[in-house]
Amino acid sequence: MKIDKETVDKIAHLARLVLTEEEKNRFIEELSEILSFMEKLGELDTTGVEPLIYMNEHVNVLRPDEVIQEISREEALSNAPLKNEAYFKVSKVIEK
Amino acid sequence: MTIISEAILNKYEAVIGLEVHVQLSTKSKAFCSDSASFGNEPNTNISPVSLGLPGALPYTNEAMIKSAVKLGLAIQSEINRFNYFDRKNYFYADLPKGFQTTQDNQPICKGGKLKIILPDGSSKDILLNRIHMEEDAGKSIHDLDPKYSYIDLNRAGVPLLEVVSEPMISSGEEAAAYLTELRKLVRYLDICDGNMEEGSMRCDANISVRLKGETVLGKRCEVKNLNSIKNVQKAIEYEITRQIELIEEGIVIEQNTLNFDANTGITTPLRSKEMANDYRYFPEPDLLPISLSEAYIQEIEAAMPALPEQLVVKFTQEMNLPEYDARVITAEKAMADYYLAITDSCENCKAASNWVMGPIKSYLNDKGLSFSDFNVAADKIAAIINLVEVGKLNNNQAKDVLFPAVIHHADKDVQDLAEELNLIINDNQDELEGFIDATLAKFPDKVKEYHNGKKGVLGLFMGEIMKISKGKIDPKKANQLLISKIESLR
Repeated sequence: MKIDKETVDKIAHLARLVLTEEEKNRFIEELSEILSFMEKLGELDTTGVEPLIYMNEHVNVLRPDEVIQEISREEALSNAPLKNEAYFKVSKVIEK
Repeated sequence: MTIISEAILNKYEAVIGLEVHVQLSTKSKAFCSDSASFGNEPNTNISPVSLGLPGALPYTNEAMIKSAVKLGLAIQSEINRFNYFDRKNYFYADLPKGFQTTQDNQPICKGGKLKIILPDGSSKDILLNRIHMEEDAGKSIHDLDPKYSYIDLNRAGVPLLEVVSEPMISSGEEAAAYLTELRKLVRYLDICDGNMEEGSMRCDANISVRLKGETVLGKRCEVKNLNSIKNVQKAIEYEITRQIELIEEGIVIEQNTLNFDANTGITTPLRSKEMANDYRYFPEPDLLPISLSEAYIQEIEAAMPALPEQLVVKFTQEMNLPEYDARVITAEKAMADYYLAITDSCENCKAASNWVMGPIKSYLNDKGLSFSDFNVAADKIAAIINLVEVGKLNNNQAKDVLFPAVIHHADKDVQDLAEELNLIINDNQDELEGFIDATLAKFPDKVKEYHNGKKGVLGLFMGEIMKISKGKIDPKKANQLLISKIESLR
């Protein structure tokens, strides 16, 4: 299966990645190869086979409804490039 | 907006579906242990999972699953036995992980119905499409800084149930009734506080109109983030008229996402997105599936509280209350509980209902309190009712004098209080006869009028007897004795 440039542009946009023309061309090739490889699997007849979602058979790994304070606000904010004493700061996401 | 005639409006019908986000009142978040409570200092209810730190692993809260099953059972949904979560991928500053954990194809509850009661007393069953579990996003604050938006992640990861109705609501009034019932239900089930203004219940409405008899749906518009039942009704009513006007003018309605301004009462388009959303859902690999056994579901079902509709049946059929009383009392769980607690210690259900809907409710309304805040134990009210019942207390005195005193001295015995206040009816026959004789002697003309057939003067005599006895008589007994006395004077 051949991926076109438009698809690479769309995927890059969804992942918020800026790619050079060179990178785009490389991804067209690499992604096409991966998809062709995966297409191989389509040759198998899976009629009547339930999709396998989890490789592991465990279910119901649940947590009781209890509050645990794992980290402090100071710690939470410590990695943020922009912050004040209480909030994360980000570029304005709406215009007034 | 031009005014269009009733006749034109009547040619059309509206088709409305509601999506309601019910914020669950769990202690901790959906997939991590930080507090889910509202109103804390910004960014204090956080954890590596809600911050989306690399490598942090989510862990499902059992209380969220239980709440979803409770609501599903209450609306007669089919409970999905095998559940897993999906990732809904998108970028937004208040969603640090880059995806929302939700359920896409396999919601925990499928189908179901909710009976709504309209203001004219008629009812309608609104069918539900699904209820699924998901997590809330954080909050962006845009007005604290001219250059930056501030992000508070306290709400990120708080559990939600999204309740989706079928598009079978046909007016703003029905939408309001639907939300009222849903809110009542989540409060009875104690899974959400139902406070729309605080965002505990948020509603999006999908609205389209079509000519009556038409089977194809019109193009729909979605009104987002409605934060009160009144606003839902107003937004829908505005939107129906707007769409009909456009169609009448020959304009094609564009499928759009709209914002409702509660101050102006009109809807306006939200900024359109350049590219259609592509959420690339896929099963969340970090969370194991949830398999619900028959035994688990039955256990929850067995522990369910009585629901408002079941109480209405009980109140009307077993306790012989009028349907009106039953609906008023069941509107609030705390009110229904209080009523039931009174009837535990008194036989007269109608009297209990009158007390709850009358003096108690108006006292609480005056004080801006709710039934759960009421400081008087229900058995005190039962004791008052019982004193009236056996003829030891006059009903008006009970309401006007004893009730305020009981509120003031909630720890005192009711009978003792009534005695202290000198309210206990004297069953001394001689004294009662004395009051009656004095009254009849005072109004000889009226006695004559009575003998001439004017029975209405009895009211005047009773008034006078009440006055001179200071209400401390049993009106029923006094009335009987009065009649026999006045008859004997003929």
